[in-house]
Amino acid sequence: MRLLEHQSRKLLEEFGLRFTEAVVVETAAAAAKEARTLGLPVMIKAQVPFGGRGKAGAVLSADTPEEAAAAADQLLGRQLRGVTVTRLSVEKKVSFLREFYVGVTWDTTSKLPVALLGPSGGVDVEQATAQIARQTFDPWTGLTCYQGREMAARAGLSGKTLVVVGDVFNRLARAFLDRDAVLAEVNPLVEIAPGQILCLDAHVEIEDDAAYRQQAQLEPLGEILTTPTGRKPTSLELEAQRIDSMDHRGVAGRVVEFDGDLALLIGGGGASLTVFDAILHHGGKPANYCEIGGNPTAEKVAALTRLLLSKPEVKRLAVIMNVVNNTRADVIARGVLDGVESAGQKASEIISLFRVPGSWEDEARDIMAAAGVASCGREISLDRCARLVAEGDSPGVT
Amino acid sequence: MLLDPQAQIMVQGITGREASSMVSDMLDYGSRIVAGVTPGKAGQNVQGIPVYDTIAQLREDHCPTVSIISVPAPAVLDAALEAFAGGIKLCLIMTERIPRLDTSKIMVAARQAGCRVIGPNSLGLIRPSVAKLGTIGGRIDNVRKSFTPGSTAVLSRSGGMTTELASFLTSHGIGQSIAIGVGGDPIVGSNFAELVVLLEDDPATQSVVIYGEPGGTAEEDLARALSRRKSRLRINAFLSGRFVDDLEGVRFGHAAVIVEEGRGSVQGKKKALREAGVFVAERFDDILEGLQT
Repeated sequence: MRLLEHQSRKLLEEFGLRFTEAVVVETAAAAAKEARTLGLPVMIKAQVPFGGRGKAGAVLSADTPEEAAAAADQLLGRQLRGVTVTRLSVEKKVSFLREFYVGVTWDTTSKLPVALLGPSGGVDVEQATAQIARQTFDPWTGLTCYQGREMAARAGLSGKTLVVVGDVFNRLARAFLDRDAVLAEVNPLVEIAPGQILCLDAHVEIEDDAAYRQQAQLEPLGEILTTPTGRKPTSLELEAQRIDSMDHRGVAGRVVEFDGDLALLIGGGGASLTVFDAILHHGGKPANYCEIGGNPTAEKVAALTRLLLSKPEVKRLAVIMNVVNNTRADVIARGVLDGVESAGQKASEIISLFRVPGSWEDEARDIMAAAGVASCGREISLDRCARLVAEGDSPGVT
Repeated sequence: MLLDPQAQIMVQGITGREASSMVSDMLDYGSRIVAGVTPGKAGQNVQGIPVYDTIAQLREDHCPTVSIISVPAPAVLDAALEAFAGGIKLCLIMTERIPRLDTSKIMVAARQAGCRVIGPNSLGLIRPSVAKLGTIGGRIDNVRKSFTPGSTAVLSRSGGMTTELASFLTSHGIGQSIAIGVGGDPIVGSNFAELVVLLEDDPATQSVVIYGEPGGTAEEDLARALSRRKSRLRINAFLSGRFVDDLEGVRFGHAAVIVEEGRGSVQGKKKALREAGVFVAERFDDILEGLQT
């Protein structure tokens, strides 16, 4: 869950980080009014859930209330990577002596949280260059002030600046751990006078899998957009999510729509990637990516099959899974056939390939055969199945 | 080597929905499950295996050194700490959707306790014809069909692909010394680099097949480790999800599969592995090439 900038700063303010004065507005008139109240010049920043706003022209400055209104007019209602701008942050423009990047994220190599301090700007966390100070820390104890000061010292800071930056890290790390963040960064953190630090922009992302224990703490931040894709989910994708949430058993709803004519029901997590790659490689045109796995119920598989077949462009359906472990092949077979039937299609005509080897494979093969569909066994590799489907050269009907 | 056939195994969360069939599949394959734990359910039994409230009580009657954790995500951290306090030395965490904070805390505690962790979000591991841990392979007939003993180790970020790869190798006459689903999460207890170090000392293993995916740093970490210290093992890799490179910010499949701001791309991972001397198969079927040469 990526928080908007104003939500991120509200969260970090709770942990004692100081930001510029800012007000969130939804109209040009309000932008002009707030600009006057805050004192000019101001910055007008679109509240959208992704970085690179400056480059995208989503951050403007204004020297007069009229300019503020014009800037707001220009931004409100604009589409940025599929997101409509509905809210702006109006902030007093500040001048500063120097600026930094400070962030906390996960280091998957050491399996620990890691704090980063570097020069302001786009920072590539994975390619931490020499000019970025890094410090992993214990998730049980957090990042102590002295560890923060050590980082500041390594980055060449001294005097009161070193002390306050150490304190900033202690607070940022606490926010990161207490709120189950996967990323908490302030960019830039600026020094407005010797030893005086202010945050100008923040970006916090909360781990989706921790939502169950963060809901109460996040509630005061208002609605959180759950679209990290940058584009709005299609109605088909939303319907798939709804189907998946009908029942907690199994995954059956991670759908991304594409514009081909071949419907895909593929799984599990790894094989779905393998098959999708291979189908593209062999020139197939998928209508969707749709992963199933974790032993979903027949009802879920049926609902999903019907949904995928509801796209008018779809001409064929391929069902391809790896050798299944805890998923039952016969349950998948029954679900697929129910879905095909309820979509008003004939299994022997629409199913171009069915390959779900593994647990209960014999039962699955019999079920498909009774519906006039020949199954592929494990001896036909994932790659070969993808080629058969892509080239329209499926094994045919019994 | 991981999973000593003599080691006693316990299951935390043994009364859960998926655990019962897992226990019977494991017993069928010869794994030595001695007891289970579900707080509040002492006195019950699952497939004839006794259930205890706490590991401390369980240890009055048994001395397991291996544990499988199959409890709901919010309870995993506590279960892992209980396992470490109870002297467990190999811990498989099957649960998925565990917050990274909990996984990280588990790993700090595991290091202090000297316990190896596999997972989270792992289907388990198997030493063909010896024992298996977890639901890997599923029913006994499928396990026997998919896995055969041999000298190739399979390490995979996907549980399903672990069995698919083993089955593919088996059908081409290549047996496996061990097959491990390392887990589909961004942070896992044992990553490729750490497991290759372990396999280095296993005389039964001559080659390794790795299944990688976009996201995270597991493949890059392995490449870095191999560049630093040459391995006696022939290492081969297949990476899926090339198409994910072109769809930044969209998550596919496992929790870790996401390319963000150019990081975690399959192209980058393949390049790093090739530079470290790993044979990287372009297509799934090509994985055999690296093993037969």
